[in-house]
Formats: sequence, C-alpha cells, structure tokens
Amino acid sequence: MTQQLLPWLFLAFMATLPLWMTDLYVLHVLVSTGIFIIGAMSLNLLLGYTGQLSLGHIAFFGIGAYTSALLSLGFDLDLGGAEPFVVGPQPVWIAFTGGVLMAAAFGGLIGKLAFRVRGAYFVIVTISFAQVMRMVALNWVDLTEGPMALTGIPPLSVWLPGEGVIGLYDKLSNYLLVLGVAVVCYVVIRHLVDSRVGRAMVALRENEPLARSVGIDVTRYLVIATVIAAGMAGAAGGLYAHYVRIVDPDVFLFIYTVTMVIMVITGGKGTLAGPIVGGLLFGALPEVLREVARPEVQWIVYGIAMIVIVFFLPQGIVPAAGRLWERLRPRRPAPGGTALRAGKETSA
Amino acid sequence: MLRVDGISVRYGRIPALRRVSLEVGEGELVTLIGANGAGKTTTLRAISGLLPLAEGSITFDGRSIANAPPRTILDLGIAHCPEGRRVFPQLSVRENLEMGAYRRRDRAGVAADMERMFQRFPRLLERLGQAAGTLSGGEQQMLAIARALMSRPRLVLFDEPSLGLAPNLVEQTFAIVSDIRREGTTVLMVEQNAYAALEMCDRAYLLEGGAVMEHGTGRAMLANDHIQRAYLGG
Repeated sequence: MTQQLLPWLFLAFMATLPLWMTDLYVLHVLVSTGIFIIGAMSLNLLLGYTGQLSLGHIAFFGIGAYTSALLSLGFDLDLGGAEPFVVGPQPVWIAFTGGVLMAAAFGGLIGKLAFRVRGAYFVIVTISFAQVMRMVALNWVDLTEGPMALTGIPPLSVWLPGEGVIGLYDKLSNYLLVLGVAVVCYVVIRHLVDSRVGRAMVALRENEPLARSVGIDVTRYLVIATVIAAGMAGAAGGLYAHYVRIVDPDVFLFIYTVTMVIMVITGGKGTLAGPIVGGLLFGALPEVLREVARPEVQWIVYGIAMIVIVFFLPQGIVPAAGRLWERLRPRRPAPGGTALRAGKETSA
Repeated sequence: MLRVDGISVRYGRIPALRRVSLEVGEGELVTLIGANGAGKTTTLRAISGLLPLAEGSITFDGRSIANAPPRTILDLGIAHCPEGRRVFPQLSVRENLEMGAYRRRDRAGVAADMERMFQRFPRLLERLGQAAGTLSGGEQQMLAIARALMSRPRLVLFDEPSLGLAPNLVEQTFAIVSDIRREGTTVLMVEQNAYAALEMCDRAYLLEGGAVMEHGTGRAMLANDHIQRAYLGG
C-alpha cells in the first residue's frame, strides 16, 4: 500500500515545493537537474530494461535541442541546389515536437544498428555517434553557427485563459513545465514496462537466445525501446534549449552521457524510481556541497559518494532501499506465492 | 512431420554441421546422441530458426521452415527447450511461464494450460512468485519444460534435459519427457546420456563431427558394435 502511495507523495512534494522554496538559484538547479533526470529516465529504458549500454545517449538530447532551437528560430539549408531550402520560424511547440521526432528517428537508426553490433561494439558505435554529432554541430557553421552557438532561442509558451499566449521566461514556470514533462515520461515508461513490450525487453536483457526461442522479435523490441528512449532524450534536449535559450556544440559532450549513466546506475537501473533518486542525489550534491566546501573538495566528495554507492549497493539505491523496507516491515502474510508457501509450511 | 534434408551450418568459416538429414514422424520420440561438439545442439538450433543454414532444407508438415524467423517456427508448433541457461533468472516463475505463451492470444487457454502445468509440476505452484534464478537446478529444468509446453507445441525439441541434474532428477526428467510423448506430443531430444536416450526412444541418430554416422531404432542402436564401444562403454 505504502509503496503505491510513494510516487504520489513524492509528486505532491515536488509540485508544492515552489510554494515555500522561493530561492531562484535552487529552482534553477532543480530545473537543470530535472531535465537531466528526464534524460536519465530515457537512458534507463535502454540500459535498465533492454540491457543495452548506449554511451552516446547525449546525442539524442543534443539532436532534440538543436532541432527544436533551429525550427523555432528558422533556418536555411543550402544543399548545393539552386535555391536554398528555407524554413521560417515555427511556433515553439511545433519546434519542440520536431525535436522529439528527429531524435526518435535517429533512435530508430541506432536501434537497427544495435541488432547488428552488440556489447562493446554497440558502446563504441554510440560513443562515435555522439562525437560525430558534435563535429557536425561544430563545423556546419551555416546551419548551427558552430562554436558561436545558436542564441536568442524563444522560450516555450502556454496559453492561459484571460492571459493569452505567454512565454515561459521565469524559473517557476520552467520548473513546473519540466516537472510535467517528467511525469508524462514516467507514466509512459511505467505503462511500457508493465506491458507485453516491457516484458519482452526484460526477457531480452535476461537471456537473449531464450527470448528469441519463445518467439520475441528481438530487432523490433530493440528498435521500439531506442525510438522511445531517444524521443524522450530529445524532449529533454528541447526543454533545455528553450530554457537556457542558447545551444552550442558542447551539449554533445561525453561527460553528460556519463552523468546520466551515473544517475541510472547509482539510483538503480531497471527500476522506475532509480534515475529519479540517482538524479536528485547527483544533481543536488554539488550544489549542497558548494555551501560547505571548496570546489576541489566538492568533486572529491562527489567521486567518493559514487564509488561508495557502486561498491556497497551494486544494484543501486532503490533496490537496496526496497530490501531494507522488506526487512524492517512488521511480519505479515505477504501476498501471492510466498503467502501460499508460508501457509503450507505452517499447516504441515 | 519434420524433415531435415542435407543441412549444413557454419560458425563463421568453421563448419558445424555437414549435410545432416533426419526425420521425425508424428508421435515419435527421436533422439540425437553423440559426443560434445558433434553438432547435436547446433542441429536443434538450426531447426528452431536460431541459426542460419548454409545449405539444405527443413520442412515441417511439408512446409519449408528453413531460415524462417524463430517466432514463425514457434507459431507452426515447434517449441525449443534449450540447454544451459534455461530460464529468465530475474523473472518470476509465473512470468517465465507467461513468456512461454508469449505468442498466444487466447488468455483463457493460457490460464488453463498454466493450471495443467501446476498439476504436473506442483513445485512450480509453490514457487510461483519467486525469481526463477533462485530455483534449484531441477526446478529450473521443470520450469523450462513447462515453459516450452506453454506454447502448445506439436513438436518439442529438448536439448540435454538431464545435463547438470542429480541422478534421481535425471530419471524424473526422462519420465516427464516420456509422459509428454505419451500424451501425443512429438519429441526430438538431444542427449549425452546415450544409454538412457536409446532405451526410451523410438529411433535415434548418432552424430559425429557434424555428420550423421548411424541411425536406426533405439534397440538396434543399442546393439550396434560401434556405439557400444564408443558411447556405452561396452
């Protein structure tokens, strides 16, 4: 019962947080952490559920960010033809959706590839993919402005009755927006994982030859998983672009993928709450430490925390907390198969 | 029912099967015997579509299934009960059984079949919510057999069902395989325990170096000089 209540309590806490937390800097940290948590949740779908380690996950984030930014600013594409291909500035939400779709399309491509190259090779291919994307963003100056970055990106907007369309410039509305998108992603992942598709993904992670022999179409589910994960990472990228309102090629940096992987692994891969717990911990930790320690000490503590968690809780924080909860809970007949077994033993 | 005609399989450039032909009739229990690396497992994996054929043909009820995807072959009624890692370790016993019926859409039929599995393997009912990886070796094998049956196959491919089991469980496993055949399901079984396999089967094939060396009825094979010397310690 408590376990079903927990997500709701957490959501209520996060939704009411701005009522008492008015420090703009804290809100900013929560917005950027929230954006990363969405990215980590999408990575978890691949890493935690299908067991594929994509170390180029930030590529989808960056593709979402660039596509959404370019569509909202408008651009012309000179492909060597007589007339350049001109796209005028689009409404922000159309641009955002375009970013999600573009990232998802690239996800489909990588998913197809994952079927051909597995394990270490897949990891290398995904890292290279993100590096190539960064090179494209750096050097295709006509389109991306290269290192000069895309600037003046309009914020996302909402329509409110009586107020009309308003741009989301402030921290509070961006906080609520990121929270809303995160909830949507959480619900989508939750439904997916509980469905036939989700079970096929887990079966694939657990024992691939067996999964194939019970009739699971491995390619299809890998592609579905990467398309959805890439689309969500693209959404996170879109949120980022319209929040900080400037995008440069450094969004493709490897360190951001690593950050997401850390969030997933420490929180607990293959659990719904894992990326959220890991994300809040490692998103907030540097900021909490900033108050009490010098920068170099902060990073040392950050590194030690990571090692300690991986060393002592190899499954991650969430599964460990679950086990602790089981142990502390007063003994009552558990539901399902265990109860049946316990009952039999006492009656025998 | 199943007709394998001159199939060859290669792992890269290394040939694993050379023109293997065999046949399984409706209702038969046929075994493949042979040493490690003779190509027994490869043969089963080729039949169930897990490995591509370099040459040859496979037909099931007269229909070609060579190089068809595993799910198509499963839909036609061939289930594969593999050796080694037989279950999904982190899924529960119930989920493992459900995975066996992954391609089936008739929920009522699946539920009824699951009940039948619990009657046959009461241990699985006791362990229903437990992660399959925490079961004993024998229980995992029972689960693997039950899972294979959950697709309502007409032909089951058993790969080394006795491998790694305690002697009393080996006997029990063979009894289950015989039961399955008696109920009308055709069985093609790979088995290293040549004596037990030849005793229980209708017909047998001996594989050596990726090719069929001998074949005949179980009784004839038991009496065969070469087999006695090389595989039965006679």
